[in-house]
Amino acid sequence: MNDLTIDVRSLRKSFGTRRVVDGLTLQVERGEICGFLGANGSGKTTTIRLLCGLLVPDGGEGTCLGLDIRRDAAQIRRQTGYMTQKFSYYEDLTVRENLDLVAGVYEMDDGAAAVDDIIARMGLASYETQLAGHLSGGWKQRLALAACVLHRPKLLLLDEPTAGVDAKARREFWDLIHDLAGEGLTVLVSTHYMDEAERCNRIVYLAEGRIVVQGSSDEVVQRAALVIFETMGEGIDDAARRIRRMPGVEAAAVFGHALRVAGGDRVALQKAVDAFPTFEWREAEPRLEDVFIHQLAYGETTP
Amino acid sequence: MNGFSLRRLAALLRKEWIQVRRDPMTLRMIIALPIMQLFLFGYAINGNPKHLPTGLLLAEPSKYERTIVTALQNTGYYDVKLFSSEAEAERAIATGGALFVINFPANFDRSVDRGETPSVLVDADGTDPTAIGSATAALSAVVSGLNRDLPPIRQAQPAQQPFQFVVHARYNPEQLTVLNVVPGLICIVLTMSTLVITALSITRERERGTMENLIAMPVRPIEIMLAKIVPYIFIGYVQVVLILAISAVVFGLPIRGSLTLLMLTLGLFIASNLALGLTFSVVSTNQMQAQQLAQFTLLPSFLLSGFTFPFQGMPVWAQWIGELLPMTHSIRIVRSLLLKGNGFAAIAPELWPIALVTVASIAMAVWFYRETLD
Repeated sequence: MNDLTIDVRSLRKSFGTRRVVDGLTLQVERGEICGFLGANGSGKTTTIRLLCGLLVPDGGEGTCLGLDIRRDAAQIRRQTGYMTQKFSYYEDLTVRENLDLVAGVYEMDDGAAAVDDIIARMGLASYETQLAGHLSGGWKQRLALAACVLHRPKLLLLDEPTAGVDAKARREFWDLIHDLAGEGLTVLVSTHYMDEAERCNRIVYLAEGRIVVQGSSDEVVQRAALVIFETMGEGIDDAARRIRRMPGVEAAAVFGHALRVAGGDRVALQKAVDAFPTFEWREAEPRLEDVFIHQLAYGETTP
Repeated sequence: MNGFSLRRLAALLRKEWIQVRRDPMTLRMIIALPIMQLFLFGYAINGNPKHLPTGLLLAEPSKYERTIVTALQNTGYYDVKLFSSEAEAERAIATGGALFVINFPANFDRSVDRGETPSVLVDADGTDPTAIGSATAALSAVVSGLNRDLPPIRQAQPAQQPFQFVVHARYNPEQLTVLNVVPGLICIVLTMSTLVITALSITRERERGTMENLIAMPVRPIEIMLAKIVPYIFIGYVQVVLILAISAVVFGLPIRGSLTLLMLTLGLFIASNLALGLTFSVVSTNQMQAQQLAQFTLLPSFLLSGFTFPFQGMPVWAQWIGELLPMTHSIRIVRSLLLKGNGFAAIAPELWPIALVTVASIAMAVWFYRETLD
């Protein structure tokens, strides 16, 4: 008896001649928070839609919640909460009316009580009579999360849930996600934010519809085997511009007062920084963000 | 996901109803459109249809009758057919089989020869005054055409008419155009509001991105569609009552037939529009396309249904197109019920084409509706 909530093999999906998902194999354990990373157009949204039956795969097979993703799409949808990238509840309905609709459509026997509960839990009480269209971005996301966990799903699919939301709201949002995961809910969440990726149990990095690297945040950083040099001082902006063109340098970026230079080849990178002797270089620990930028630039290289 | 669920439908219906109520523009349109149209179209629309079906009733054989009928045919307005009984004539004019019945009295020839100027009764279907207006006007030329055939002694007195036509406009004796327009207008307004609004309904969900969420939830296509249709059936009835009330009070529209029967048949007509609108909404990818499809139906419904121009005035191919439109049949039903006071038997032949379009549309909408985003 395996405890995999998501278990899919070789999923493929094309739109026209473009292969958006190209042989994706993914396993997510029950209760896990799995982060989906990757550039725009790398197939994150399409994969999520394939998993909840909104799209029919061209090829591949597998199960979600033990149900066949082709044959049992309708049953998967019943037990899945899907939060779309774009706010997709009704802006001309109030917070409570939107939640009432969801409770009704899922035929919940304790609909009214469940709506009361979720409003209290998500801190939506002071907004419940407001039109969804009048909510700010952060509160809209919170309403959407409330609506997609209302029917007590076993799997939560979140497609860039915090895009365009301020840091405080994002932090609170992630606290809620961890609460839900603690109750046994499996969460698959796509994001572009590093701090969010670091809060996932596992990161899956997608490029061109395929998984390039996956593992815990630490494992991903380790496996990328990046070398980082860091320096400070006058003229780092100018140095960043010039060092970027040197062989062996894959990324060079200024963070505040520090210039970070990254590359996969230690010898070549050492040579590059030696060409700037006026600066005092020291080696630094690679961070997830360095790996992410490295992957964005060299998405095709497999670890 | 099990089949149809009333609970899910109820939840969706509540949502649709709230959305309708919160859309002040649509609400204003629903009230303002019929009133505006009623007053705009309340004024004369001209047409000059020819070859109107005409029945002939002869009390006895007549030597002048053939000349008069030939002259009537030659005006181009009358296609004359002999009726054998008054009952047949009555039925024909009630069901629209004939727009005129020409009734030659007994002793017609003798009265003409004696210079008594006998009367030929022309029963006209007055429900559409524009359809019969020009034809009625052409009658006077026919009268003088008989002069050549008269005996010499009568030809010496040309000042005197040999006979006269007495036109009796049935159903709409005052020949009020508005009485013809109102029944048509009920159908036009219903089509304009219900067809266009439902045509936009599903594409709007798609454009706002709410469709993705809706189909991610366990709802059946038929539930979504019924939820979209039901509020507008109610709204359609509000419009019908509004138009009938204004027409009765302001224009003195008679309601001669059964009001219950009228409401029931209009329900079918409203359903046909909503079903057609939904089909447009399902096959379109955006609101613009849906709008255009709706216009594509509205235009012939205006022009070829007998609303703007008399149906008999159209070429045969246009009449065939007209027969395909629910509007054409619905206008006939409403005129028949309101002005002629007919019962179910008279309107039954007009009901099945509307039902056919409705069923075909719903089948198409369900066929083309996709439960995935593919």
